[in-house]
Amino acid sequence: MHSNDSYLLEVKHLKKYFPIREGFFRRVVGHVRAVDDVSFAIREGETLGLVGESGCGKTTTARTILRAIDPTAGQILFRTAQGDVVDLAALPEKDIRPLRRDMQMIFQDPFASLNPRMNILDIVGEPLLVIDGMKSRKQRMEKVAQLLELVGLRAEYMQRFPHAFSGGQRQRIVIARALALNPRLVVADEPVSALDVSVQAQVLNLMRDLQEKLGLTYLFVAHDLSVVKHFCDRINVMYVGKIAESGPTSEIFFRPRHPYTSALMSAVPIANPRLRKTITPLEGDVPSPANPPSGCYFHPRCPYATEVCARETPQLEEISPGHFVSCHRASELTLPGVARPEEQALAA
Amino acid sequence: MEPLLSVRGLKTYFYLDEGTVKAVDGVDFDVFPGQIVGIVGESGCGKSVTIKSVLRLIQNPGRVVEGEILFRHQDEDGREKTIDLAQLDPHGKAIRSIRGAEIALIPQEPMASFSPVHTIGDQIMEAVLLHQDVSKEEARRISIERLHEVGMPNPEQRMKAYSWELSGGLRQRAMIAMSLACNPRLLIADEPTTAIDVTTQAQVLRLLLDLQEQHNMAVIFITHDLGVIAQIADFVVVMYLGRVMETGPVEDIFFHPQHPYTKALLESIPSIYAPAGERLPTIEGSIPHPFSRPSGCPFYPRCKAFMPGVCNTSTPQLKPINDRQAVSCFLYD
Repeated sequence: MHSNDSYLLEVKHLKKYFPIREGFFRRVVGHVRAVDDVSFAIREGETLGLVGESGCGKTTTARTILRAIDPTAGQILFRTAQGDVVDLAALPEKDIRPLRRDMQMIFQDPFASLNPRMNILDIVGEPLLVIDGMKSRKQRMEKVAQLLELVGLRAEYMQRFPHAFSGGQRQRIVIARALALNPRLVVADEPVSALDVSVQAQVLNLMRDLQEKLGLTYLFVAHDLSVVKHFCDRINVMYVGKIAESGPTSEIFFRPRHPYTSALMSAVPIANPRLRKTITPLEGDVPSPANPPSGCYFHPRCPYATEVCARETPQLEEISPGHFVSCHRASELTLPGVARPEEQALAA
Repeated sequence: MEPLLSVRGLKTYFYLDEGTVKAVDGVDFDVFPGQIVGIVGESGCGKSVTIKSVLRLIQNPGRVVEGEILFRHQDEDGREKTIDLAQLDPHGKAIRSIRGAEIALIPQEPMASFSPVHTIGDQIMEAVLLHQDVSKEEARRISIERLHEVGMPNPEQRMKAYSWELSGGLRQRAMIAMSLACNPRLLIADEPTTAIDVTTQAQVLRLLLDLQEQHNMAVIFITHDLGVIAQIADFVVVMYLGRVMETGPVEDIFFHPQHPYTKALLESIPSIYAPAGERLPTIEGSIPHPFSRPSGCPFYPRCKAFMPGVCNTSTPQLKPINDRQAVSCFLYD
């Protein structure tokens, strides 16, 4: 991928290896390759989805971008509000701090991410105090009231404590806190997976409205593929620390080019009893990132694997404009995506 | 055909210091032999408490306070007799001879349900020895056969494995093998795929469908995921706040939902086919706290078809509206 002026964030060859230590001297005996040479970019105002199964490195990628975890190698190029491009991976902590306001996070579990002993005013107002240095309590109250209204909560609630709110309301509070400093990039790590279906839709609509209103850019990490389909403009599919495929949402869902994406898509349970699966599910388990297979990490489970797949690691290549695949056989395979109702009707 | 399990007017309450939680407040449904019944609902709808009541696993301060749980019990000679599980002593011999044998459970969290200090082989054998009059050798043979049946690679060696040595998918397979150990006639699966990834989920669902066909068991499948329900269930029970909102065959529930809650629930899930960027229809508000249940129909504060003076004053009963579906809503009175 090459540089482009409109990118807000560009990640190049990002790696995060966690050491495995053993024995009395805590010698390093190996590495968990949680993120293994990942490159992608997000344009301003866009929503990029990061999907994959547990342990594929999607959360580690998201956290490394925010420098909650220090990367092992690679570049994280972020365009600041002034238009300069800085490499977050190379900056010391004190130089990152002023940039923190531009990058905020929405966490998965709204029951764990709010301090039960702080009221909503203090929770949402904390970034204003710490980063903005807004010392006046009155000023903070005004700003928090605005933020609560923005996320659809009543300003009177600011004196209450988190236990008084339902899961969906708590997630709104988490969003209000994330927006307190007018961020430009919001990393949302499974923001709706802890919520009930009926509440999930409210939060997704809110996030979309806020994006339009405030011009936010989202990095959306999720495992629920129907949510991702609904919410994201483009998708990166990750498998064992690497990007298997990256492209526009509908292409990934309906015309996947990587066998893993195809298997993932055909495993999505669709809420339509007439679309019962005829496809055989993928065999085997996700390999350990501490001891990945040779060549393409997917080859032991891949129904299309050939001898070259076990030997050589495929590179992420652009197969059509904006669509990247890391598969030796990408150009020769025709793979099924999510079944469409009309196709199913024809087959029946 | 006679139902294998028939639940009538089941009420299970929890008596806490802060008040009474009516977790299950009048639930009716039937399970016929060989049928897969999906119970679907959001958190707090009472789906787990319902099946724990059927198994008589409700612990203090909870109690089954009312209702019948009629089960067609089969004794050793193959004679059938209907017994009311609700009348049995929850710690008694009668329920213990049924639980784990004729009615088996696949719990939600296989990690939490296996003992970490016993091998999975010992645990499956224990279930066999408890309910069947067989030698240890025979129990071992049955256990290996079950593990083989659920697609466990190298079942002989895996008998010696501990649950924490297995991956999530294999652990759930071992759990399924254990629940099948005594050839249950009714298998209850409580969110068996919630904690696992989608490709593994597809494997487990396929396995359950295959096993159900081979053994011709009845299955109660509990989930909050409508996608999973659409893939596996024959018949669907939709629950909300301790009550059954609607029941019907899976096609009718998905293509002709009648209850406003079922309709709203189906609309609020993002569709894979919807054009990108479309706003999702939502259900206003959130699920009420169990201590502040609304009077009347539990769904009325969030219902688009709310009729003041009707829905908030009396509770609708589950009534058949055609020969397939039953709905508890005043719109159909």
